Amino acid sequence: MEIIDILTIIVKLAVLFTILSVVVLGLTWLERKVLGRLQGRLGPTRTGPMGLLQPLADALKLVLKEDIIPTAAEKVLFWIAPVIVVISAFVIWVTIPASQSLVVQNLDLGLFYIIAFSVVGILGLLMAGWGSANKYGALGGLRAAAQLISYEIPLIMVVVAMAMLAQSLDLRVIVEKQSSYPYLLLQPLGLVIFFIAGLAEVGRTPFDIYHAESEVVGGPFVEYSGAHWAVFFLAEYINTFAVAALTALLFLGGWSGPFLPPVVWLLLKTLAVVLVIFWVRGTFPRLRIDQLMAFAWKALVPLSFYVIVITAVYQFYGWPAWSLTLMSLAGLAGVGYLVYQRMTAPARQVKQVQARQRALAQSRRAAAAGGTPPAPQPVATQGPG
Amino acid sequence: MCPNMVETHANLAAGGQPVEMLLNMGPQHPSTHGVFRLVLWIDGEKIVRAEPHIGYLHRGSEKLCEGEQYHQVITLFDRLDYVANFNNEWAYCRAVEKLMGLAVPERAEYARVILGELNRIASHLLYVGTMGLDAGAMTPSMFCFRGRERVQALFEAVSGARMMHNYFRIGGLKEELPENFRQLMSGLLPLLKKDVEESDKILTFNEIFLARLKGVGAIGAPEAVDFGFTGPCLRACGVEYDCRRAQPYSVYDRFEFEVPVGLDGDCWDRHWVRVQEMYQSLRIIEQALAQMPEGPVTSPLGRRLIRPPKGEVYVRAENPRGELGVYLVSDGTDKPYRVKVRPPSFCNLSAIQRLLQNSWIADSVVILGSLDIVLGEVDR
Repeated sequence: MEIIDILTIIVKLAVLFTILSVVVLGLTWLERKVLGRLQGRLGPTRTGPMGLLQPLADALKLVLKEDIIPTAAEKVLFWIAPVIVVISAFVIWVTIPASQSLVVQNLDLGLFYIIAFSVVGILGLLMAGWGSANKYGALGGLRAAAQLISYEIPLIMVVVAMAMLAQSLDLRVIVEKQSSYPYLLLQPLGLVIFFIAGLAEVGRTPFDIYHAESEVVGGPFVEYSGAHWAVFFLAEYINTFAVAALTALLFLGGWSGPFLPPVVWLLLKTLAVVLVIFWVRGTFPRLRIDQLMAFAWKALVPLSFYVIVITAVYQFYGWPAWSLTLMSLAGLAGVGYLVYQRMTAPARQVKQVQARQRALAQSRRAAAAGGTPPAPQPVATQGPG
Repeated sequence: MCPNMVETHANLAAGGQPVEMLLNMGPQHPSTHGVFRLVLWIDGEKIVRAEPHIGYLHRGSEKLCEGEQYHQVITLFDRLDYVANFNNEWAYCRAVEKLMGLAVPERAEYARVILGELNRIASHLLYVGTMGLDAGAMTPSMFCFRGRERVQALFEAVSGARMMHNYFRIGGLKEELPENFRQLMSGLLPLLKKDVEESDKILTFNEIFLARLKGVGAIGAPEAVDFGFTGPCLRACGVEYDCRRAQPYSVYDRFEFEVPVGLDGDCWDRHWVRVQEMYQSLRIIEQALAQMPEGPVTSPLGRRLIRPPKGEVYVRAENPRGELGVYLVSDGTDKPYRVKVRPPSFCNLSAIQRLLQNSWIADSVVILGSLDIVLGEVDR
């Protein structure tokens, strides 16, 4: 390899890193603003116009802070962990195309490469949790390992299904195949699974279990401060952006769209997905670890296999495109029905409670009419569990 | 690596039985609602044993009361349950009034009911917000704090302070309500109702919230009674017991309201009961506003030093957290001989060990949140 090639790659990577950093800064600002709107607040307003300089102020503050390493920590693990996390988040972007020609290094096996590197980050979280000599950190690290590995499976399955549809692992080809209609229409169930598993993969609400503020107080990051913590933060947002971009590329037709330049289209679609992620964060509580695992293994994994099967059947028999849509929608409707059943269960229970309450009030009135004062006494209920 | 974890690992490697890890939760943990400390023995994510430690906020309030004159004690009661100040002042004032056989002006009673119920709503709003935070939802807390802030703005207009009001007096109130009180209330109530509804809508029936709370930390009615549960925690078990109904004090027998009860006594039922109570409180406030007569509100005693007759008295009041009991002994001097407080939070918290057994770490936060303790009251 010529020196000039190496230099070009280095320059390209530097440019990519700069762009990603700017994107991350923008995302943190956007998240604060969007959450603020959702919660009836303003978000940052003081730093710059509309608080635009808030991310810069944050970054400056974090970098200038003292970087504390606990005495009991495993220094090597503690140091390497954030580096691993951020590098694995960063290298994914090497092969994510922003348009047909705008990509650092396109790979024929791009999708495979992305999936492979997205797993590496787990190692960093585990190391951070273990190396920081903190029980909350260790718990968080173990939670991260369990969670990310479980959700990796449905994610990969859906990605395989999409690769089958496009007959390629090259993201550029996948987008090209969607020039007439996005795969969203063919495989809506796939989009839902990919989005949910993606949320879990980047540890965002409702799957922010491994750094749950109210339980494990930040999990693997609990002992990190200053620049080290900022690096984790950077990685988290790069990952969020990557999941959004992949959703746009795999399901929303990537950069294809009329009038606007391709890059703008991709950016718009990605931002739309990012906004949904923020919206979810502003709305949902967090799952418990056993519910999270149960959801992955009992719901998402079988569903992702279903996605693979229907895609394979569709491909093998060469049925018309709407047949796959129908099959996918059928799966979605089935799941939707189960969710609806579970969601209406408490409402039914409340009706039961209120009926009981009316009966109680009646008996009280009857007792009052009979002249005996109503005595507060424990009413026997069916004991819990 | 934690020494404890290394030991565990070595023990397992040597073929030993699994050893529990000791996890210290609090007093600086964000979800322990103040300075409460839990020591958990955990096996993976499961809690094997839990040991609560209290006393970090002990200020000796009961003893301090013995050194203060009767009027001065009110400020100490403000600081017991510091998110339901009016209710605390009220209970103490009622105790002294009962001891002295003092009648309170009608208008003052209505004002007390209105302020007390508003404080109940504020307290429950704070609970709903922190419950959301404990369960991982951040938005409800913003909605709830907005509503609570509105209530506190009214409190400030009435008493001059957002939290430590010191507004109730033995035999009445400190001073007349502000001239535009009704106007303030008619401005506040619709907004408050909206806030309550909003916080209810975003959280109560959320699928994930239900999954987290339903069936978690359940306790049966007989056991709850044994533990001395009162308030929403007891009513969640299906026991319809509310001081305002069972032993009506003040003017509570003139209002129409329901006492919401739960079914299973789990965290979600406790949450649901509190949310429903907010609606009932709004109902009571509306009725009280409609019925409130004109007249004096200040105490006939004025600023005179009081010396209640010798004797003892016990009053109970329905506070947002449960039944607050005040036991007062007077020896005929200007200072109480003994003040004993029966704090609802303390009794409710006593079940924490039983509730946490064999639950998940994530549940411990939710269970503690659903008991809705205030450490100022637990430790006194």
